[in-house]
Amino acid sequence: MDRVEFTKEMRKDYTILVPNMLSNHFKLLIKVFANAGYNVELLKNEGRSVVECGLKYVHNDTCYPALLVIGQMIDALQSGKYDLHKVALIITQTGGGCRASNYIHLLRKALKKAGLEYIPVISLNLSGLEKNSGFSLTLGLIRRLIAAMAYGDLLMLLANQVRPYETNKGAADALVDKWADTLVAEFDNGKGFAKSVMRSYMERITADFAAVPLDRTRKCVKVGIVGEIYVKFSSLANNHLEEFLASEGCEVNVPGLMSFILFKVDNRMEDIKLYGGSKAKFAVCKALFDYLSGIEEIMIETVRAKSSFNPPTAYSHLRELIYGIEGYGCKMGEGWLLTAEMLELIEGGYGNIVCAQPFGCLPNHIVGKGMIRRLRELHPESNIVPIDYDPGATRVNQENRIKLMLSVAREKMVSDDTAGTQRAKKDDKEPALV
Amino acid sequence: MKIGLDVGSTTLKCVVLDDENKIVYKSYKRHFAQITESTVALLRTLITEVPGARDAVLSISGSAGMGMAEACDIGFVQEVYATRLAVKRLIPETDVVIELGGEDAKILYLDGTMEVRMNGSCAGGTGAFIDQMATLLAITPDDLNDLSHGCEKIYTIASRCGVFAKSDIQPLINQGAKKEDIAASIFYAVVNQTIAGLAQGRPIEGKVVYLGGPLTFMDGLRDAFDKSLGLTGICPDNSLYFVAMGAAFGADLGSEQATLVEAVERIAGYRTEGRYLSCPPLFNSQAEYDEFEARHAVDKVEYADPEKYSGSAYIGIDAGSTTVKVVAMSEDGDILCSLYRPNNGNPVPIIREFLLDFYAKYPSIKIAGSAVTGYGEEIVKNAFAVDGGIVETMAHFFAAKKFMPAVDFIIDIGGQDIKCFKIRNGAIDNIFLNEACSSGCGSFLQTFAGALGVDIAEFAKEGLFAKAPVDLGSRCTVFMNSSVKQAQKDGATVDNISAGLSISVVKNALYKVIRASGPDDLGEHVVVQGGTFLNNAVLRAFEKEIGRNVVRPNIAGLMGAYGAAIYAKDTSNGASTLLDADKLANFKHDVKVTTCGLCENHCRLTVNTFDGGRKFIGGNRCERPTARGGAVEYHDLYEYKLSLLGSYTAKPEKPRARIGLPMGLNMYEMLPFWHAFFTRLGFEVVTSPRSDRKLYLRGQQTIPSDTVCFPAKLLHGHIEALIDDGVDAIFYPCMTYNFNEKLGDNHYNCPVVAYYPEVIGANVPRLRGGVKFIQDYIGVHRPKDFAVKIYDILSKYFDGLDKKEVKAACDAAYAERDAFLMRVREKGEEFIKLARDKNMPIIVLSGRPYHVDPEINHGIDRLICECGAVVVTEDAVSHHVEKFKVHVLNQWTYHSRLYAAAKYIGDKPDMNLVQLVSFGCGVDAITTDEVRSILEGAGKIYTQIKIDEITNLGAVKIRLRSLFAACEAKEREARA
Repeated sequence: MDRVEFTKEMRKDYTILVPNMLSNHFKLLIKVFANAGYNVELLKNEGRSVVECGLKYVHNDTCYPALLVIGQMIDALQSGKYDLHKVALIITQTGGGCRASNYIHLLRKALKKAGLEYIPVISLNLSGLEKNSGFSLTLGLIRRLIAAMAYGDLLMLLANQVRPYETNKGAADALVDKWADTLVAEFDNGKGFAKSVMRSYMERITADFAAVPLDRTRKCVKVGIVGEIYVKFSSLANNHLEEFLASEGCEVNVPGLMSFILFKVDNRMEDIKLYGGSKAKFAVCKALFDYLSGIEEIMIETVRAKSSFNPPTAYSHLRELIYGIEGYGCKMGEGWLLTAEMLELIEGGYGNIVCAQPFGCLPNHIVGKGMIRRLRELHPESNIVPIDYDPGATRVNQENRIKLMLSVAREKMVSDDTAGTQRAKKDDKEPALV
Repeated sequence: MKIGLDVGSTTLKCVVLDDENKIVYKSYKRHFAQITESTVALLRTLITEVPGARDAVLSISGSAGMGMAEACDIGFVQEVYATRLAVKRLIPETDVVIELGGEDAKILYLDGTMEVRMNGSCAGGTGAFIDQMATLLAITPDDLNDLSHGCEKIYTIASRCGVFAKSDIQPLINQGAKKEDIAASIFYAVVNQTIAGLAQGRPIEGKVVYLGGPLTFMDGLRDAFDKSLGLTGICPDNSLYFVAMGAAFGADLGSEQATLVEAVERIAGYRTEGRYLSCPPLFNSQAEYDEFEARHAVDKVEYADPEKYSGSAYIGIDAGSTTVKVVAMSEDGDILCSLYRPNNGNPVPIIREFLLDFYAKYPSIKIAGSAVTGYGEEIVKNAFAVDGGIVETMAHFFAAKKFMPAVDFIIDIGGQDIKCFKIRNGAIDNIFLNEACSSGCGSFLQTFAGALGVDIAEFAKEGLFAKAPVDLGSRCTVFMNSSVKQAQKDGATVDNISAGLSISVVKNALYKVIRASGPDDLGEHVVVQGGTFLNNAVLRAFEKEIGRNVVRPNIAGLMGAYGAAIYAKDTSNGASTLLDADKLANFKHDVKVTTCGLCENHCRLTVNTFDGGRKFIGGNRCERPTARGGAVEYHDLYEYKLSLLGSYTAKPEKPRARIGLPMGLNMYEMLPFWHAFFTRLGFEVVTSPRSDRKLYLRGQQTIPSDTVCFPAKLLHGHIEALIDDGVDAIFYPCMTYNFNEKLGDNHYNCPVVAYYPEVIGANVPRLRGGVKFIQDYIGVHRPKDFAVKIYDILSKYFDGLDKKEVKAACDAAYAERDAFLMRVREKGEEFIKLARDKNMPIIVLSGRPYHVDPEINHGIDRLICECGAVVVTEDAVSHHVEKFKVHVLNQWTYHSRLYAAAKYIGDKPDMNLVQLVSFGCGVDAITTDEVRSILEGAGKIYTQIKIDEITNLGAVKIRLRSLFAACEAKEREARA
């Protein structure tokens, strides 16, 4: 079976279907592709038929994300909505040592099984794994994608901190929509990508969110979400975890995509440091890493300067946090970053953590479940619950376990409050002693 | 006054507490999935019977009560949290609580850092598991408990999930192990599951409290916990009601404060029908059903009247896992009489009775041949001097041909197994057996019917006309318990659950075992059989799912026995060796359990002795206890590799330090490299001892992820052993990359192999007690850089190393690795040549380097040798192949060898490949499909064997025998 290439001709009138992971991020990313001359469409189909499709066409022991992503694509193809001879698919390929790099091959196998092997599949990768004449990641395109992703991260970060406290329900989501639309319009005009412009947009976005009237007297349990990247972010995969937590009255903190991208770039440098390798390659990675860090810095500075919200944690700080706990060489899947994010959350007061993982996720045996014991030793106050997601895992089981974590969290919140009041009372007395 | 209600997976528990928190009323009832109705009935009783209860606040707990509480605005307390509230109040000095429920298992640590552990998606080690095991033994759970007191021996039963345990218990039953011992072993399996799966490294010490149904009702289970934990736990008064009491205590925590009267009203009005996912009904009308029945009525074997028959008859016996089937067949292929009965754990007396009866009733019929198939083949063959044995798959094929000569696909769903085979050109072309994880099948339906309080036949019938069958998906049926729980929560009725379960059994078979993507994957002429297909709901679901009508013989449950009878006829020489009436009258069967002392395995043997010196020994892992005469010489490259690895014992006279290497995962391949390296540098290399069960249990407490593969779990024991040995340092480096053998696009290790040292470092507390643990990241794929980097790394731990010296050691290391590979390849060549000279089949047993560990491969290599084949490894042939295009990202060194080996044997008629896959290996989800497609592309049969902790080789044997039978058939055909 030879690979079907996505050719220059196809670029003219083919629609490229993109699987969904993070709606707001992807809305912006899609726009960047569209402006670069690709006809792209973000898949929004959900529900049981997606899972059924995945089960039918993908090896059932494969990780759940592969099953869902591929299931979503085939379900869409079989929906009758598309001219099957004018449609292509796109999927990421990281080139890392976990199974995720094989998704594209599993997708091709699935297409073949479904009799759709003539549909071209584009590999979105930075490792030079597969090339297509009709699709190229130019530097300009990469730059724009990074910008879109950063905006997505910022919107997610701010909305999460506003949503549980907003006086007018829906204010945060309205702002997210407003800004996503504004940015999309700016992208159409080719604007919004330069660092200086990004800074000004980010400042305006932050200021907007900072102006939302909040009721700070509300007591919310602060919960962090980490995990395998797709299950962590995709509501399709995690049974709408964020919505569930919101309905339980929680403030949710989901560390964004930026650190993941930085992590992936850093890995290449780390490989060279650990095992030796080309200096030129190191320099290229370093340049990209520095560029990304620059944008990360803008985000952090902006949030810090223009609001009282918690800014994102700097990647460099994540590296510090993990030092002595896991090696920097631990890079497959989410690698040490997943553990570092748990440490970040604990440090930031989000010690109640849902670690979302696909059932049997290999890297998570190491960096997720494998590290919880260590984290508890270091931070006895942390309250981490690993939740497995797979086609058969039932929501009732997952929610039950999360509720337990929340019960413990609430109990702690009450006792902390009492301790806080007592401390406050003590403080009252102190001046008298002086 | 307050009321706590605990809605569990199988029971309702309720307490009413007065203002002093004293229990004034309590109740414990099974709800048979009628949750809403049972709850309302119970609460109404409270109103009438308990004065003052009507205005008391009600609070609900329990997983099945969550949805109800939410929908009705009644206070809800998470169940583990409820337990904690109750224990803190009633037994405040408690350190650890162990609570087992119908489908839940929990441990609460109350001292120090408060922690709670619950079972996840696995239902092993719970009340449901114990019920399932009792059903398997055809006794009640109470009997199980009583029996356990009389035990003498404990067998190892895989404890992770019910299915695994079943496949361990079944052979024990078949081999005649004492029920007392099995009963106690089941309890120990539950204990192991709890400790391994839940405690995950945190010791259970101090004051331990046992709660929940199984631990309340079964003192045998408590004993097992006490003994394993080395303490005496207490089972307090009201141990069944702690969750309910906790719910009551927590009543004032939430914002919802419904009184009993309000709550009853709301729950009575709570309707959930139709909220669960459903499938289309099986039958839309009676007419549809009638057509269906009429169509299937014609597929039948005739029954002849044995009274009127005289002449030869052939006996076929199918000693299955849960049932025994016997057929007496006439010369014309008619059935003279038959038997289908649960084997109650021992098929021997049932068969004896059948034969005696047959001889007595029909003296004019002469038995001219007999054959036996199934799990119990060996014991039955020895017990009754049966003429021949035949592997189950072939027996079914022979029978199916009778009904549909053009049959090209057979699917058999029995009590515990799904067997499917594809037939091409009259020979079995491909075999699918359910692997340990996706079995369940018929006996699952039965257990479930039991749990819902319905008879199995009745249960199946209920589903036929269900309007909206529950969509349970396709997944391991043990896990399905929780899907059903969810459906119940959403208001599914028994008929819809019944239909849903039938549909899911079918989906399981199609999508998990066969992994079909459409009807064409199966074939045009499909025969379905096995007891489970006697259930019309399952049959209908199957036809609907594949969109094709199939043939179900009227003897669907007897096909194995019928096929054996056909085989008996085909191979008959006119007379049978089967015991005659006189001999049967004096029939004697004794069972003795003993430990084999012939090698270090110390297998638990069950020795069955029959009159006249016939004997059957079960439980042995090798042929030593059964061998008569001299030992046979085997050609087994696994054994060779193992002994080769064992030869790395040289050490310097005055070592500068002792370095321990844990013999697991990639160390199985890296040992020659590291041994040469460290010995050259003047270190003494200490390897951890050979793996065994004891070693595994020694490390079990520190395993953090219960779903990681068994080879990784074993590593914890090796580390403990090295610490005990007192080595100065343990060297277990992280290795993202492996050697680049240029067979693939990259040369990674899998994530578990690459980073398991991180898990060890973070989870083995004893490593912090003085021994150096060297887990640095190293890359052997760049030899020049390696020499520099390893110097830096080792200098952190040892003084006085010299750069040049290290460089020389590196050279020695790479050279020794090459030499090791060369020796393996040369020996492989030698074995292959020898096999060809002697005309023996060659099996390339493919896996990973660590599959050489006998504790991991369970002696499968030897089993293949016993079948008369020569065993070589994948790395003994993979180097013959140049890099070629595969349809996956070929990026793992070990796995590249698999593809290469598969490619290599494609054009070698005397070679076949068997792939060993560790349960839980995510990477193999990718490799297995690719290896299969490479092999099938070359017209080869693909055989995969999944291995885990299990030590049962019965199913593996079927697999291997089927492979050899299919190969022989192919060969016969090629000759013809």
